[in-house]
Amino acid sequence: MAHDPAHTEHAAADGHAGGEDQHHPGWSTYWKVAVILTVITIWEVWAYYIPSLVASRIFVPMLLILSGLKFVIVVMFYMHLKYDHKLFRALFTGPLLIAALTGIALLFLFGQLVARFGPG
Amino acid sequence: MSAPAAHHYTTTGLDSRKIAIWAFIGSECMLFISLISTYLIYKGRSIVGPFPHEEWTSPDGRHFEPILDILVTSASTFVLLMSSLAMVLALSAVQNKNLPKRTRGERILGSSKLWLWMTALLGATFLGFQAYEFTSFVHEGLTLSTNLFGSSFFTLTGFHGAHVTAGVIWLVSLLAIDYRRGLGPADALNVDIAALYWHFVDVVWIVIFTVVYLIQ
Repeated sequence: MAHDPAHTEHAAADGHAGGEDQHHPGWSTYWKVAVILTVITIWEVWAYYIPSLVASRIFVPMLLILSGLKFVIVVMFYMHLKYDHKLFRALFTGPLLIAALTGIALLFLFGQLVARFGPG
Repeated sequence: MSAPAAHHYTTTGLDSRKIAIWAFIGSECMLFISLISTYLIYKGRSIVGPFPHEEWTSPDGRHFEPILDILVTSASTFVLLMSSLAMVLALSAVQNKNLPKRTRGERILGSSKLWLWMTALLGATFLGFQAYEFTSFVHEGLTLSTNLFGSSFFTLTGFHGAHVTAGVIWLVSLLAIDYRRGLGPADALNVDIAALYWHFVDVVWIVIFTVVYLIQ
């Protein structure tokens, strides 16, 4: 589809009233992001149906990394955090970090995560 | 309501409405991480079934299969991801409303009504999948009070579904404005704020899909 990305970015700058950084990507970036998100989702579901992979130690870390990757891609490109003002990044990542650390602490507290130090 | 062109700038030079939506999304992160943490704390501690990934036979001899249907949920996850694509295209169409549309592709990409409709329909489809899932779970014997899995699962996914419902209502209201007077570049920030909320609902589901459905 013939859509000039430079045109889009310029128009985006005109249309915004937020006062933020104005370099939003265009259609060509958006559909590539959608394809990447779809491929990662298919990879996750495919992994779920491989019993040897599910039983392996890499299964959970792999899923968490893939999920985290999708999360970051959506936040950066669809929510435009990559292009927006730093204050928005702080408003999002600050509470996210506090909540994530609290959640991890709770999982340790209730014994769902166990830290092992030293041999054995 | 004030005119769409009225700006609410703060001393930072940023619009207060956009700061507010990001602060709101930050607080929503805390809500959903607390719900996900609760689900994980209760994970594997249910005394009676049905269970998410394991078979179970009750004392009276009833047999229960693993209750989660990964293929159905994968389809609904794909639907929600595509709704995010439709939402960014709706925002882009509103921002570029005044540009000349020379080709058929540009006319399609520049139609804010089309992309808002698409986003709302995909959101409603996701809700349909969730209604089907909840109904089938209840028929299979899993309710909010059956076990710890049921309580934490329905609370977490129910809260998410309520957020999607609010998002669909928000999108329909934007569509109504678009039909009534047309959405243009002056409304871009209002659509951007709705889009941020919608993408947030999507990223929450990305985490829920992995943590609740895929990790056994």
